[in-house]
Amino acid sequence: MRMKTTRRTMLAVSAGVVMAFAASGPSLGQDKVTLSFLVDNAPSTVAISEALAAAYEAKNPNIKIEVESRPGGGDGDNIIKTRLATGEMADVFLYNSGSLFQAINPTQNLVDLTDETFQANTLDSFKSVVTANGRVYGAPIGTAMGGGVLYNRKIYDELGLSVPMTWDEFLANNDAVKASGKTAVIQSFGATWTSQLFVLGDYFNVQAAEPSFADDYTNNKAKYATTPAALRGFQIQAEVQAKGYLNEDYVAATFEEALGMLARGEGAHYPMLTFAIGSIATDYPEAVSDIGFFAVPGPSADSNGLTVWMPAGLYIPANSENVDEAKAFLNFVATVEGCDIQTAAIGATGPYLVKGCDLPDDVNNVVADMLPYFAADGRTAPALEFLSPIKGPQLEHILVEVGSGFRSPEDGAALYDQDVTKQALQLGIAGW
Amino acid sequence: MAQGLVATTSASSARKSGNRIGASHYYPTWFFMPAAIIYGVLFLVPTFASLYFSLTRWTLFEAEFIGLQNFAQFFKEPFLVKGLINTVVFGVTTSSLKVVLGLLLAVLLTSPRILARDYLRAVVFFPVLVSTIGVGITFTVLMHPTTGAINETLMMFGLPKVGWLTNPNMALISVALVDVWKGVGLATVIYIAGIASISPEYYEASRVDGASSVQSFFNITLPLVRPATVTVIILSLIGGLRSFDIIWAMTRGGPGFASDVIASVIYKQYQAGFYGLSTAGNVVLFVVVAAIIVPLSTFLNRREIEA
Repeated sequence: MRMKTTRRTMLAVSAGVVMAFAASGPSLGQDKVTLSFLVDNAPSTVAISEALAAAYEAKNPNIKIEVESRPGGGDGDNIIKTRLATGEMADVFLYNSGSLFQAINPTQNLVDLTDETFQANTLDSFKSVVTANGRVYGAPIGTAMGGGVLYNRKIYDELGLSVPMTWDEFLANNDAVKASGKTAVIQSFGATWTSQLFVLGDYFNVQAAEPSFADDYTNNKAKYATTPAALRGFQIQAEVQAKGYLNEDYVAATFEEALGMLARGEGAHYPMLTFAIGSIATDYPEAVSDIGFFAVPGPSADSNGLTVWMPAGLYIPANSENVDEAKAFLNFVATVEGCDIQTAAIGATGPYLVKGCDLPDDVNNVVADMLPYFAADGRTAPALEFLSPIKGPQLEHILVEVGSGFRSPEDGAALYDQDVTKQALQLGIAGW
Repeated sequence: MAQGLVATTSASSARKSGNRIGASHYYPTWFFMPAAIIYGVLFLVPTFASLYFSLTRWTLFEAEFIGLQNFAQFFKEPFLVKGLINTVVFGVTTSSLKVVLGLLLAVLLTSPRILARDYLRAVVFFPVLVSTIGVGITFTVLMHPTTGAINETLMMFGLPKVGWLTNPNMALISVALVDVWKGVGLATVIYIAGIASISPEYYEASRVDGASSVQSFFNITLPLVRPATVTVIILSLIGGLRSFDIIWAMTRGGPGFASDVIASVIYKQYQAGFYGLSTAGNVVLFVVVAAIIVPLSTFLNRREIEA
């Protein structure tokens, strides 16, 4: 209902714009400022970005926003870094918070947003992951996410399975799904970034066993290969392949194909971030209610919890020609109104990081499955990339190898430790 | 022929008169400036800048001098050795296949008995004109393990599916085969020119002496197209050793790191933001290619003169 009124107002407003143009002639057109807006190409990100741009244009007839998309993963990192370095960055761009944000040299490349009005309504937990040298450089877009396993509830109902609390229960469920002739675990190494969830999403279990891991890791004291709790992520990545749970084309499948398999009920589990439900809502709206979510199960049911990702941030490059207009746009996005536009575009995908943004009562099952983790104390932990500035760039390729059985988990973890060393040296972190 | 004669005479007379002073005698200094400036700005400066940056930890915004650490790090790179081997395997495989197939196709396409010869020559050359990325993406779709046209055809004949790009032992060879398909047209054209320049009298004489066609191929065609062979080997080996676009379009060095070549290892360093390290890698690549090509080219050219 609310959506309808919004759309009607938007129509009215845009009609008004057209009339204003017709009346005043071309002189108004010359004052129009075009903001370029670079986002990643996940269907859900494109959908919310276009919805925000359209709503903002409707309210500000002198602004035109051009949404431009880029790939995710390593290719995306490359585009962001190169465009920043060459001064070709869009006026506003979307990029990860946390360690990847630290790697783009924010103090030099980005406009300081500490004193913008929207910061008063932004939750501190988000501000901390877009802060460098005590200044805040980002505005929140999208919602906090959980990293774990998306599952098909229809398959669970048919086979009488229940949500696993331990890794052994997860294996038992997989055996049952496999016996029924369906794919137990979907992997999509055609999009290499999707290979990382069993390792990155296992961080809750790592910190439950080794509470000081993040600090020790940052200070060159703890390694993946020699910390059993951290090595476990590499081992479970190998185990699901070794046990024959994976889809036939796991080496070549893409993110979108994997979502299709899950939505159509061809596969039961897909290790992924919860934001993917937004992409399912865009591409397979009829299947949204069939999809549920649980955290990566640990060794014991006593410590079962969720690894949480902060949403991406919106940033303004220091050399933008339209800094004021860009700031005004961020001040629009990071508001309750901005949240509502995003929810209207793809549904609620998780908790927003803007104060006062409540979720609608009828959230989808993925979000409903995620909220209990937030409700209890000690059942969530931020992903390692929000606790340490160091994330090795080759993790996704190493995990493709480990997850395809070409390389042993121990070997993969040791290799990743070397990769981490390179990143730490590049960032100039003390103690490496 | 007449033109060639004129050119030779004028060249030799120029050599006689201008031997001591050289060509610069004919042009004032300012005449060289445009080319010299372009050369300096676009070639000399970047070359020396890259030598400098290869010795720094570089974020594109600031560079910290760290001596030879990048080279030490690059040689420790776990996939460097694998990348080096893959580079050589890729270069040698594509280059030798292009030589063999190019020569065979050229023999076929210079045969007077073949129909629509000019049309077929154009068809062989056509893949050379298509964008490498386009070819790469097309073959990635054709070689998809479950839905690709190649595997579906194999299955129609009851053959097992092949993980063309997804089996780590196959990926590099599959890409090499596609590269040969795309590049063999150029080798063929070079060979056609080489074969066309062989005087028909040799063949006629050998036929009078009762030589079989196999004998005349090995004793006449093969030795007399040597200049073409040298050109094809050098061109395709250089191309193969620094090959990147087709590999990146098809496998991105994957699965995992199975089809990484030096160029893709370097690109990944660049992608990760290790700019100093990737510049050091480029310096290494330059040295490696030069170390292979310079002796090879000297060797092949010397043999040519002796022959």
